[in-house]
Amino acid sequence: MTESHPMATHEPTAAERFIQGILPENPVYRQLLGMCPTLAVTGAMEPAMTMAAATAFVLISANVMISLIRRLLKPHLRILVFTLTIATFVTIADRVLAAYLYQMSKQLGPYVPLIIVNCLIISRCEICSSKQGTFVAICDAVGMSIGFALALGSIATVREVLGSGTWFGLPLLPDSWPGWGIMVLPPGAFLTLGLLLGIAEWIGQRRKEKQQGA
Amino acid sequence: MSETPEKRGGHISQAWLVILLAVLYGGALAGVETTLGPIIEKNKKDETLGKVPQLVKGAAVGETVEIQLAGVDGSFQTVYRVFADDAEKTHKGWVLPAGGKGFADRIEVLIGLNADASVITGLYVLDQKETPGLGDYITDQERFLDQFSGRSAERPLTIAKGDPAGDGNQIRPLTGATISSKSVADIVNSAIANFQEPIRREAATTR
Repeated sequence: MTESHPMATHEPTAAERFIQGILPENPVYRQLLGMCPTLAVTGAMEPAMTMAAATAFVLISANVMISLIRRLLKPHLRILVFTLTIATFVTIADRVLAAYLYQMSKQLGPYVPLIIVNCLIISRCEICSSKQGTFVAICDAVGMSIGFALALGSIATVREVLGSGTWFGLPLLPDSWPGWGIMVLPPGAFLTLGLLLGIAEWIGQRRKEKQQGA
Repeated sequence: MSETPEKRGGHISQAWLVILLAVLYGGALAGVETTLGPIIEKNKKDETLGKVPQLVKGAAVGETVEIQLAGVDGSFQTVYRVFADDAEKTHKGWVLPAGGKGFADRIEVLIGLNADASVITGLYVLDQKETPGLGDYITDQERFLDQFSGRSAERPLTIAKGDPAGDGNQIRPLTGATISSKSVADIVNSAIANFQEPIRREAATTR
């Protein structure tokens, strides 16, 4: 909740930024950002982790770039600069995937170019890297990337194991497992996200109650 | 905006950073494209060539010849003439890339044909975005694509309602994906209709 503090009183340190991204302000489970890839590419672990890596690359690169030029930014042109920067790194990620991970790039289809509109990235530019130094920006981006990867990984694990009986393509459940086809289909994404969000919220509530009780 | 003129400044003093970044990023992307573009093109072509032995039995990847052919409708298309890797370099057949509208998005396929383009020897789906779990089984060789092998290319394929009739050119559609199945059959039909004659002419004039 540090974002609600007036900027003058306290700016989060690098360590705080890093930790916050992973769980306390997890981009998917706490901030509900980046829902498009969260729902679309989590049918199996491989595409989910490729997406997480591509997003991490864009997030870290864009955060570093914005942080380096933060003193030159004009307030009313900052969103334009953010978008320009993000779009550039997304295009690079897209081309690199098509060149070196061709099959995966085909499988992810339009969702790699769509990283441009992942609010997670522009929100980090706005909240952190346009205001704080490069080191803090890197820690923030890495923390958020880990948080995003954890979220995608958890959803993809549930969907791939229940839907196909495999994990990262390796057989996990016995052959007799029928494979719940719906888990690989879009409804499975919504069901899994809803259930996991509920569990995350429930754990959060219980922890709060415990803290208040103590 | 209630900014005073001296605070607002000229357009350039406002936008120089955006312009500079746009030029820098544009240059960076041009660099990336120059470096990676050929690799990406090669990936696409390698995928096509890698499928040659599967599409035409006995054909070797290294012996493939690329030919530009004009179709009956006047459109140009790269067609692959494939040969066996033996002493006589026997002409084994053709690989014809084709594409068309599927249920969700464009479907792109490779059609294998025998030497006189009278029999379909194989079919492979290069690219598709059909419904996962239903229509995307059009990429499955055993479930769907294998049944195209050995069909006559002399008359159009049709989609069977119920069990395929004995006349030999009915395709058994995928359960829950009739439109995707029909799209593939239509793409094959129209590509053959468009390129069978040009291919035969090409086969007659050379060798």
